[in-house]
Amino acid sequence: MNMTAWKTFSYKKVRAESAFKRMLIVIAIIMVILAVSIFLTLLVESMPSLKALGIKYLWQRTWDPVTNNYGALPFLIGTILTSFLALIISIPFSYAIAIYLGEYKRTGWLSALLRNIVELVAAIPSVIYGFWALIVMVPLIRNLETKMGVVTYGVGILSASLILAVMIIPYAASLGRELILMVPSALKEGAYSLGATRFEVLRHIILPYTRSGMLAGLLLSLGRALGETMAVTMVIGNSSLIPTSIFSPGNTMASVIANEFTEADRTVYLSALIELGLVLFIVTVVINIIGKAIIKKFSSE
Amino acid sequence: MKRQFFNFKTILFSGILATSLISCGGNNEGDKTSGDDNTLLGAGSTFVNPLFSKLYSEYNKQTGLKVNYQSIGSGGGIQQLISKTVDFGASDAPLNDEQTTKMAAEAVHIPMCAGAVVLSYNLADVKDTLKFTPDVIAGMFQGTIKTWNDPAIAAINKGVKLPNTPIVIAHRSDGSGTTNIFTTYLSKVNAEWAVKPGKGSAINWPSGLGAKGNEGVAGLIKQTPGAIGYIELAYALQNKMAFGSIQNKGGQFILPSVASTSAAGNIQIPADAKISLTNTEAADGYPISGFTWALLYKEQKYNNRSEARATKLVNLLWWNIHEGQQYCEGLNYAKLSPAAVSVGETLLKSVTYDGKPLLK
Repeated sequence: MNMTAWKTFSYKKVRAESAFKRMLIVIAIIMVILAVSIFLTLLVESMPSLKALGIKYLWQRTWDPVTNNYGALPFLIGTILTSFLALIISIPFSYAIAIYLGEYKRTGWLSALLRNIVELVAAIPSVIYGFWALIVMVPLIRNLETKMGVVTYGVGILSASLILAVMIIPYAASLGRELILMVPSALKEGAYSLGATRFEVLRHIILPYTRSGMLAGLLLSLGRALGETMAVTMVIGNSSLIPTSIFSPGNTMASVIANEFTEADRTVYLSALIELGLVLFIVTVVINIIGKAIIKKFSSE
Repeated sequence: MKRQFFNFKTILFSGILATSLISCGGNNEGDKTSGDDNTLLGAGSTFVNPLFSKLYSEYNKQTGLKVNYQSIGSGGGIQQLISKTVDFGASDAPLNDEQTTKMAAEAVHIPMCAGAVVLSYNLADVKDTLKFTPDVIAGMFQGTIKTWNDPAIAAINKGVKLPNTPIVIAHRSDGSGTTNIFTTYLSKVNAEWAVKPGKGSAINWPSGLGAKGNEGVAGLIKQTPGAIGYIELAYALQNKMAFGSIQNKGGQFILPSVASTSAAGNIQIPADAKISLTNTEAADGYPISGFTWALLYKEQKYNNRSEARATKLVNLLWWNIHEGQQYCEGLNYAKLSPAAVSVGETLLKSVTYDGKPLLK
């Protein structure tokens, strides 16, 4: 028997270990309780609206505070349209940054500079993005619309999607870079020794290896895009009609809640807004579940 | 045995933590009003905030009373008054039925000043002031009049070269008293608008772009060629934006100004002061005007309020509608008409403490 082992054993350490573990469990449970209570609060507060409007709230097209008739469809469409469009626009950029910083330029001053700037882009407050988009991007879009001969709103779905794309690039890019760095050299060197070009290694070794992780990064970006409020509300045009083209104005659920919450002067109005929050909550959860399922499918292959 | 002891301790600790967190969320309604009696609390309309800041700083210089006014919006001000956390609220729209029921006790509306909602537009090549009739305005905002050189607009603006630009409507995306005044006006002058979309602080706009706040709409108008939107007179004047003259009930085309807005109040004001000045009968009054009201409870003895505090409140509001009116024009607000002042006086004299009127 090892005598030093007996000397270092103490009940004090065992107590400390157990207490620490139980503290971690308690904190984790508090987080779960928090998430569940948010959901319950949303549900309880939207009761007046649920009772007054029922299930047709989800597919009704009008949002009319005067007759107290509310429908979430235009905002649901607006949210999903802008978020997915932003994701699609950001994919080439995120991938390009991840690949360049993870594979081609891993070290060096340029790599460090790019990495820090990409992280800075994620850190800039969204209201500044909204402001910049309103002052710089919207006039550019307006010029584009003039050239194309459509009504020159400037603001609209396209502007909102573009600014969202800029804001969500860093999430997938940073995560992607980390993953690409972690691809085992043995795999890459094996491919090089078999005569593969750099591009072929990228395409056949690195990207398939990091596929599930990249998808997780994209899911993170999408989550950010779904909930983004301030930048979107400044450039989306705030119209409660269903958008008919990419240049028309629209609205997202988060933007409507932010705009109308403080002045909602009737109970049904207020609870319709809270129900909108509930719908946003559920949409986010559903998209996350689907995303996780896709990632699981890819990582098990 | 020792592990079970820790199980109990940890549960006890987290139970205490949870209970303490819950208990600090207690609602302290009513406690705030019984605080420092030399500071009155008000909340509400953002429109009247610049005027109130000036008024209360002047009042402080004269009497030493401090007023803490928070411009959180008309709806917020009414909410705070319902929860009795402020002494008075300020709102651009009178209480609607649901709010009156929630208020339980009676509240009086004291007009503080008048404001005008102007139709500002962005047409770089048009130097003259455009004229608008009620039907033309309704047509533009409903989307039936789509371009600036529409015959309906040209007919009332003879001699002005109107471009073929599409009309872009700018409206408020947030609920607002300004929207209330504008849509009340449209509901009065256009039968179709009265049915759909109707009037309110927030409505279902048939077309156009929304922006947050008067400053948002002003910015949208300035940026978008061919845009037209409704903003408060003060914003249009300060930003030097072009705005149109509107045909009033008497048939005259009135240019919005502080004078024409005050003139809009030269009509019979009902005893409870809950009147909309839109489509006013006054011959030279601007038709899209409205009051901002200060709201307070008629019976001031609630929640441990002292008589001294209630007296100070009533004296403050009395000063606002008399001596305070001299500060309106400098800040682009319209003074109350004599009819409005006299209705305000009567209402303030009806405010009681424990059944006895406060003002003698």
